[in-house]
Amino acid sequence: MSSAFELTYPKSQQPSVSSNQTLHPRLLQAPVVLKTSGVTKSYRKGKVEVPVLRGVDIEVVEGEFQAIVGASGSGKSTLLHLLATLDRPDSGEIYFEENRIDNLPAASRDILRNRYIGMIFQFYHLLPELTALENVLMPVMINHGIVSYMLQRRKFRKRAKELLDLVGLSHRLKHRPREMSGGEMQRVAIARSLMANPRLLLADEPTGNLDRSAGDEIMEIIHELNSNYDVTIVMVTHDMSIAARADRTVRLAEGRVESVSFQS
Amino acid sequence: MYKLLLSWRYLKSRYIALASIVSVTLGVATLIVVNSVMAGFSDEMHKRLHGILSDIVIRSHDLNGLPDPEWHMDEIRQILGDDIKAMTAAIQIPAMINFRNNIQGQWITQPITLIGVDPSTYGAVSDFSEYLLHPENREQLDFLLKENSYGLGKRERFPVSGWARRRVSAEWEQDAVKTQTDTLELDASDIPPSPFPLVDDSGVEGRGETVAGLAEGQVHGAATQAVDEPQLIFDPATEQHTGIILGISICSLRGRDADGEVMDYYFALPGDDVKITVPNSGQPPKAVSDNFTIVDFYESEMSEYDSSFAFVPLAKVQDLRGMVDVQSGTKSVSTIQLKLREGTDLNTVKEKLQIRFPIQQFGYQIQTWRDMQGPLLAAVQLETTILNILLFLIIAVAGFGILATFFMIVVEKTRDVGILKSLGAPSGGVMSIFLGYGLSLGTVGSGVGLVLGLLFVDNINIIAGWIEKVTGQEVFDPTVYYFNQIPVIVNPVTCVWVVLGAITIAVIASILPARKAAKLHPVEALRYE
Ligand SMILES: Nc1ncnc2c1ncn2[C@@H]1O[C@H](COP(=O)(O)OP(=O)(O)O)[C@@H](O)[C@H]1O
Ligand SMILES: [Mg+2]
Repeated sequence: MSSAFELTYPKSQQPSVSSNQTLHPRLLQAPVVLKTSGVTKSYRKGKVEVPVLRGVDIEVVEGEFQAIVGASGSGKSTLLHLLATLDRPDSGEIYFEENRIDNLPAASRDILRNRYIGMIFQFYHLLPELTALENVLMPVMINHGIVSYMLQRRKFRKRAKELLDLVGLSHRLKHRPREMSGGEMQRVAIARSLMANPRLLLADEPTGNLDRSAGDEIMEIIHELNSNYDVTIVMVTHDMSIAARADRTVRLAEGRVESVSFQS
Repeated sequence: MYKLLLSWRYLKSRYIALASIVSVTLGVATLIVVNSVMAGFSDEMHKRLHGILSDIVIRSHDLNGLPDPEWHMDEIRQILGDDIKAMTAAIQIPAMINFRNNIQGQWITQPITLIGVDPSTYGAVSDFSEYLLHPENREQLDFLLKENSYGLGKRERFPVSGWARRRVSAEWEQDAVKTQTDTLELDASDIPPSPFPLVDDSGVEGRGETVAGLAEGQVHGAATQAVDEPQLIFDPATEQHTGIILGISICSLRGRDADGEVMDYYFALPGDDVKITVPNSGQPPKAVSDNFTIVDFYESEMSEYDSSFAFVPLAKVQDLRGMVDVQSGTKSVSTIQLKLREGTDLNTVKEKLQIRFPIQQFGYQIQTWRDMQGPLLAAVQLETTILNILLFLIIAVAGFGILATFFMIVVEKTRDVGILKSLGAPSGGVMSIFLGYGLSLGTVGSGVGLVLGLLFVDNINIIAGWIEKVTGQEVFDPTVYYFNQIPVIVNPVTCVWVVLGAITIAVIASILPARKAAKLHPVEALRYE
């Protein structure tokens, strides 16, 4: 398989992530989709402030497959939630396509999550009362009022079916999450995240809850999305073999970017 | 769009929530039933009271009344003009009735309210005629005894009455007298039994028969005849005294026979004679009495009236009591009753009359029918209001049930809320899912309640019948209420209010949980397992 070239920085020093000399040549000219600078976040436990992120700078370019790794509790999920505007950083800035998004009003962040950023999770997070097809349709249902949705219903359903077909689930349209395996649920979740045709896909350990083969199938789909459909992907993972295939791997430790490595 | 879909799916997948609105359903159903029955009762009562009482009554404080009714009526006509539909003068005085009990033979004495009425106009100011038992009297009142056919169309099992009864009765009386003189010893047990079935018996034959030439009898005791020919022997078989219409409960009791069937026992019937004693207009009043022949019964189904009112011709009372002004020759009356055009405001009319007849000068009491029955109507109104408040409290209690259930559901759905927010659903949208859920629960609950309530009301008498059969206890005792059926009126406006109220309570109860859901932090919600 491909070997990874790794750079290591002293802990106190900030890594220069903007030097993309070592990114894959196809990405060298690509515009920056996502960029953070000095993002910090801490949680309160009673009276004690527990710092989780102590100043994180990362950069994601269009078409890139970026992996974020780190020990459990190192703040990977927290960072991903900040990127998805599900939460606000205590300080620092986050840019999405050159627009600052960390301080947007709630309504704008809702729109951003609805149309521009797709997410998948370790625990799939499907709505249990809805069928696979309805789950996939959820983003457009949220985006459109009842009249507008009904008018474009056919178009939406067609796209949802195509996406389910893409992830290999065209035979499970009417199934509820309860009636599906973990791998199938994750595939529905992927189809849902693509429904609004987002610019960026954030994935939080999507294979973390799956067995080897199901996890491999999911990774195949994600790689295919990245290489065939040019979806920009930021994926948190534990699995070093997955990280090894990423264009860039960011390692978090103690709330900072410990190292950044590139696929050669 | 998603709000609708999710509210609907939550509704379908969570039957426990439906259980929480059963109380709403029951509350709504009960409210509708109670309101319909109460409305039925009070409407029936209003109708009766209004029918009996006429719109406005001017009553003199003095029993000897207001003199010169014609002058008063002219004055009133001038004040009110076209608003008057009908007007009549009457006398209302306390009296004693005295008659022979058919069943046991002893004499019965009772206090009554004697009302002297003008037969030609009295029927127009109130629903008086409607409540008479003889169909001809309902058409046109004349205080003459009819052949038979009493109760036609009202009390189908009414015993033989009228001339048919009077003739047999007179014959029997003669026999009794003969027996008495023959044996020279009077013993009550010797009196032959009455030839009539004394209680109303099923299938009275020959009702409605008329005997040729005897359909109408002569009135005995009408001033002209009696004074001129004092020697004339009164023949009860063909003559009658002045007619009197008795409230039906004065001489009947409603009870049950051995089988528990509701039965009416009549102590006297149309065709029988009674004695009336009234105070005359002297100073101090002395008792004067005269004979009357019962020509009909009055059944308003308001026990208060049925057990005290007795109607006789106005002129007869005036003569009996001596209510004639010696100088002018005018006869006084004690009340003037008015029927006004539909929609006239009774209170303004009352005020106008009060201005024309000030108390200082005339001492008249001027009342609308509502004033007269004010306490009763107010009591019914109060009862309805209190019941409504109590029942709405029940629905409010149901609201707390919904509140608790909804909090549980929101906790259970925490992760879903996180998911929806991660997909870009705004907080308002999440809130409206749960509000919509509350709304649909409220709608379903009160809708079912409405249907149940209406079905119940529609079949209330059948249901009362079942309950009677099962428990062996009468739900609606006609000997108490005088209605044979439970009266109901479904007021659509009330139904709409009840349903809207219940839905509102369900929605209000879902506001807090919905807000809690909307305020959930998406990250917390997503981490929630
Ligand atoms: N709501 C919270 N309150 C307090 N501490 C939290 C909260 N959420 C996360 N943390 C803490 O923040 C740290 C980072 O969490 P997380 O980002 O989930 O780590 P990872 O995904 O890398 O395992 C952990 O130590 C965790 O306990
Ligand atoms: Mg994590």
